[in-house]
Amino acid sequence: MLALYLADTTLYVILGIVVVMGFMWWMNYNGLVITRNACDNAWSQVDVQLKRRYDLIPNLVDTAKGYLKHEKETLEAVIKARQQCIDVSGVKNQAEAENFLSQTLKSLFAVSEAYPDLKANENMLKVQEELTSTENRIGFSRQHYNDSVLVYNNKRQTFPSNIWAGIHGFAEKEYFELTDETQRQPVKVSF
Amino acid sequence: MSIELDKDPDKGVLEAASFKLRKPRLTFRQLQAINRKRAFFLALALLTVLGLIGAIIGMAYGNWIIGLVIGLGFAGVQYLVARKAGSAMIMRTVRARPIERSDDSQLINVVQEIAIAAGIPCPTVYLIDDPVPNALATGFKPEDSAVAITTGLREKLNRDELQAVIAHEIGHIRNGDTGYMVLMAVIVGSILLLCDAFLHGSMRGMAYGARSSRGRGKAGVPLFILALLLAIIAPIFSKLLQAAVSRQREYLADATSVELMRHPEALISALTRLSEAQGGLQAANRGTQHLFIINPMRRASGGGGKFASHPPLKERIKRIKRLIVQD
Repeated sequence: MLALYLADTTLYVILGIVVVMGFMWWMNYNGLVITRNACDNAWSQVDVQLKRRYDLIPNLVDTAKGYLKHEKETLEAVIKARQQCIDVSGVKNQAEAENFLSQTLKSLFAVSEAYPDLKANENMLKVQEELTSTENRIGFSRQHYNDSVLVYNNKRQTFPSNIWAGIHGFAEKEYFELTDETQRQPVKVSF
Repeated sequence: MSIELDKDPDKGVLEAASFKLRKPRLTFRQLQAINRKRAFFLALALLTVLGLIGAIIGMAYGNWIIGLVIGLGFAGVQYLVARKAGSAMIMRTVRARPIERSDDSQLINVVQEIAIAAGIPCPTVYLIDDPVPNALATGFKPEDSAVAITTGLREKLNRDELQAVIAHEIGHIRNGDTGYMVLMAVIVGSILLLCDAFLHGSMRGMAYGARSSRGRGKAGVPLFILALLLAIIAPIFSKLLQAAVSRQREYLADATSVELMRHPEALISALTRLSEAQGGLQAANRGTQHLFIINPMRRASGGGGKFASHPPLKERIKRIKRLIVQD
């Protein structure tokens, strides 16, 4: 009688442990997948915004061309830098090309300071607003990517989800880092 | 940018072009966690008050369980109705109109930028035709959310300040304040309504009782007095709690604005401009005042106090400054 009772209890305890473990497995695995997907989504958001900048540049150059007849080199540098951004591959090269593009844009805006007609041009004002917004979006999407990575990496490294991260091989995500402190500031688009 | 910051020992901190967020103190996430917990308990307290009032009023009429169920059920139904109607309904009540990109591309851009920073779907953008500067956010889920700004505020702000204000509003959406605020409004509204109905009912009942029969039951009288007292105290108490929650949320949204923008000077400067506001907003009332960035009901001076839905601007600016430290 007692033996039967004990066997029953053991069965229940084992069943309980299995259920709890299963539940924890489920919750932690899903949590890891959700936060990892959030990172990937945030990263693709950065690409969307970078593409937005490429799309705006021809518009900018077209508007400025008529006024900046003597600044052909500056304009060509911007176009070239844009093309380079589109052509290169690899995270590091990409970052370098993006930085170079930012620099050429900066010099274009510096040059156009001397052309009051261009500054007053309505189309130019529009492009300027769009470019300012795009620079902000690029910055914010990178920031959001880093925030998402922080959440994911925390989940990956802290108990108890680190157990499941190890079993299922959830790899650590890298932060987006800018090498130069001044580059943390987006390009100031001001006339 | 130079801002007058009223005799504060930290004066000058904000003039520095470079700053970093203060590290050793609480992080934003911890701050948010604490605020969420606090708000949860306050909401629970308010719900308890509502249930208690329902039960006591029920007791006065003979059955406390029915009173309890009616009280809580009433609030539940109201909340579900508001939830179903969504952000568009609330925007209509404050007389806001939705705008397109062609109306104000900069405003739309700013909202989209901050939505990216917060990682939420872009809210619908509304304008309120009113010269009084103010802004609000609403929505139960990030997918059905909206931000609105008065034309008066839109004209006053530069791009950075506009970003700061929008970041505060989007902070409310991301922190889940907007749905929560409606819940609070519904609970407090239900308490007020229940107490009101009971007070009216009991007055009529007493007049009736005096005319018909004296022996209304001696045990009923103390209970009746208790219920009456509660009906008077409860609305005051619940208003206090609601205001406390609302004030906490404002601080939190300010912190979120700084978190998203990393640019506290812009928020301080925007709040300073808001503090110059004169007069109240036409379309705002006691039911919607908690949704706005600054209290739309207040007069020009705008003080704090236990009943205020918003903390005084000076205190808010002080707390924002606590989030930053000079290099």
